[in-house]
Amino acid sequence: MTTNPAKPVLTKSKPAKEKIEAYVLRLYVAGQTPKSMVAFDNLKKICEEHLAGRYQIQVVDLLENPQLARGDQILAVPTLVRKLPLPVRRIIGDLSNTERVLIGLDLRKK
Amino acid sequence: MPKARKQLSKSPTGIQGLDEITGGGLPKGRPTLICGSAGCGKTLLAMEFLVRGATQFNEPGVFMAFEETAQDLTKNVASLGFDLKDLVARKKIVLDFVNVDPSEIEESGEYDLEGLFIRLGHAIDSIGAKRVVLDTIEAIFSGFPNRHIMRAELRRLFRWLKDKGVTAIITGERGESTLTRQGLEEYVSDCVIVLDHRVNDQISSRRLRVVKYRGSTHGTNEYPFLIDEDGFSVLPVTSLGLQQIASTVRIPTGVPRLDAMLGGEGYYKSSSVLVSGTAGTGKTSLAVLFAVAACQRGERALYFSFEESPSQIMRNMHSIGIDLEPWVQKGLLQFQANRPTFAGLEMHVMTISKAVNSFKPQVVIFDPLTSFIIGGNENEVKMMVMRILDLMKINKCTALFTSLILNGQPTEDSQVHIASLIDTWLLLDDIEFGGERNRGIYILKSRGMAHTNQIREFLLTDNGVELRDVYVGPNGVLTGSARLVQEAQEKAVQTLREQEVENRELELERKRNVLEAQIAALRAEFAVEEIASMKIIGQEQAQEAQLAQERTDMGLSRKADVKSNKQKGDSK
Repeated sequence: MTTNPAKPVLTKSKPAKEKIEAYVLRLYVAGQTPKSMVAFDNLKKICEEHLAGRYQIQVVDLLENPQLARGDQILAVPTLVRKLPLPVRRIIGDLSNTERVLIGLDLRKK
Repeated sequence: MPKARKQLSKSPTGIQGLDEITGGGLPKGRPTLICGSAGCGKTLLAMEFLVRGATQFNEPGVFMAFEETAQDLTKNVASLGFDLKDLVARKKIVLDFVNVDPSEIEESGEYDLEGLFIRLGHAIDSIGAKRVVLDTIEAIFSGFPNRHIMRAELRRLFRWLKDKGVTAIITGERGESTLTRQGLEEYVSDCVIVLDHRVNDQISSRRLRVVKYRGSTHGTNEYPFLIDEDGFSVLPVTSLGLQQIASTVRIPTGVPRLDAMLGGEGYYKSSSVLVSGTAGTGKTSLAVLFAVAACQRGERALYFSFEESPSQIMRNMHSIGIDLEPWVQKGLLQFQANRPTFAGLEMHVMTISKAVNSFKPQVVIFDPLTSFIIGGNENEVKMMVMRILDLMKINKCTALFTSLILNGQPTEDSQVHIASLIDTWLLLDDIEFGGERNRGIYILKSRGMAHTNQIREFLLTDNGVELRDVYVGPNGVLTGSARLVQEAQEKAVQTLREQEVENRELELERKRNVLEAQIAALRAEFAVEEIASMKIIGQEQAQEAQLAQERTDMGLSRKADVKSNKQKGDSK
């Protein structure tokens, strides 16, 4: 894990070509559990592979900011919320199933 | 080891009746499951538990809604008088709507519900909540397809709630063979309450049952409950038991002659009276008179009318010379008119209970009770009457029920289902004789007092009700004009008899006069005779004296010894 998931961070992989389809992804976790770390690693890998240069990942630790759970209707952790592009999408789990993550992010048609 | 019995610590719901059934409320610091089919009042019960906790017991609460948004919820319960907006603003209640939309969620790998825990924990900590409602948590099963995770997480959730020490209500939809669709009763096993909503003959009734209450005794019956403008209320059927102290005070019936029939003093205070009779026999009149009598004593009377409107009763009572208007204006008489079909029986009991509690009457009239019996619900009506009677006894009211007997029905049979609950039972009956119908009244029973076994004729006159003796002749009981004829006949016979007596007296007087005249005549005759006799005696004496004188004179002339002669004459 390269970034500290305890804080919302902005990861800019490359100066994005911001003309189309910037992906704003928010990963909700509860503390630095093995599960949340696995999730972050998986997410990072998928993004680099499929969204290189046009994504942002924000990590929200609910243990630090519990009030944020309400806004995005978070029940399960880890939850990945695709804030942009609209519509909002939600993927729960440690993102170990790459196929389903891609489907969830609309990067692959079913 | 014999120890002082320690009751489980409980969290009062503040809901009328529910605390009685559960012996003080829900188990404190533990989760309670409330299950029932859709629309049976689960959400409302849970919400009232929170609101009352926040307002009455200073226990703030968190309402986590999985089905309704906070706005909808606020709007829905506003109609029951709960101002959620205000409570939320005052940090007494947190409303949290959890949106579980299965279409938005994609699953990929392992997860848990820590987010929910954090969210709930945050809400609890933000206001120091002591009470939590999860309504309806089963909704998350639709959002998260992994049953195993869900079950494990729910188990963890309920344990977590216990550890937090909050009193929680978890609601669940009723399943087909289980209490809840997802078998929540497996996890929440401290207290389970089932709500039920049934419709019988188009009239709905709601019922509540405490299926389970670990570590505490509880009422096990099905109790009817109501949701009205004041929220939730449960009505324990036998909350009173049979412990009430019987009053020995008697109160007049409003008809002096009827008092006389009941041992001279009328009904017992806080007893129950049933007046039954066929149509048009004067049941309502008798009931109204009883109410008026109460008003005249300065007491309050509450009149429940189930078939007539108040103005109709008032108009009709004018015809027998009873004016109810002044009593209504003085606030001593109050009418409550409702059709029986207006609501279920429980609702009626509640309405009655509320009216009695607010008006505090001494006399309560139910006119007529029989209109509640619609298609074979006698048992339920009996239960209702039982509850009404309990209510009456608690409030020390004297209750008078009227009851219609259908023509052709055996009178005693038709009332069997409630007759055993009643203390005094009056029967008004049609007596058909000589081409007319007349009303008769008799007392079928009257517990604890001497009462007459005779039938009286019941007359509705311009001045109220009048009871008359009936004639019992060879042709049965005589009433109405037959009685009048009988009266006329008796009068004629009496007149004749009186004349005869007078005649005899006259005759006697005459005879006495004759006798006295005779006596007077005899006396006069005797007097005449007496006078004559006296006269003769006098003459005789005079003659004798004359003779003696002559003899003396003769002696003197013969110059005899005067002295000796005189002595001789004296000795004669």
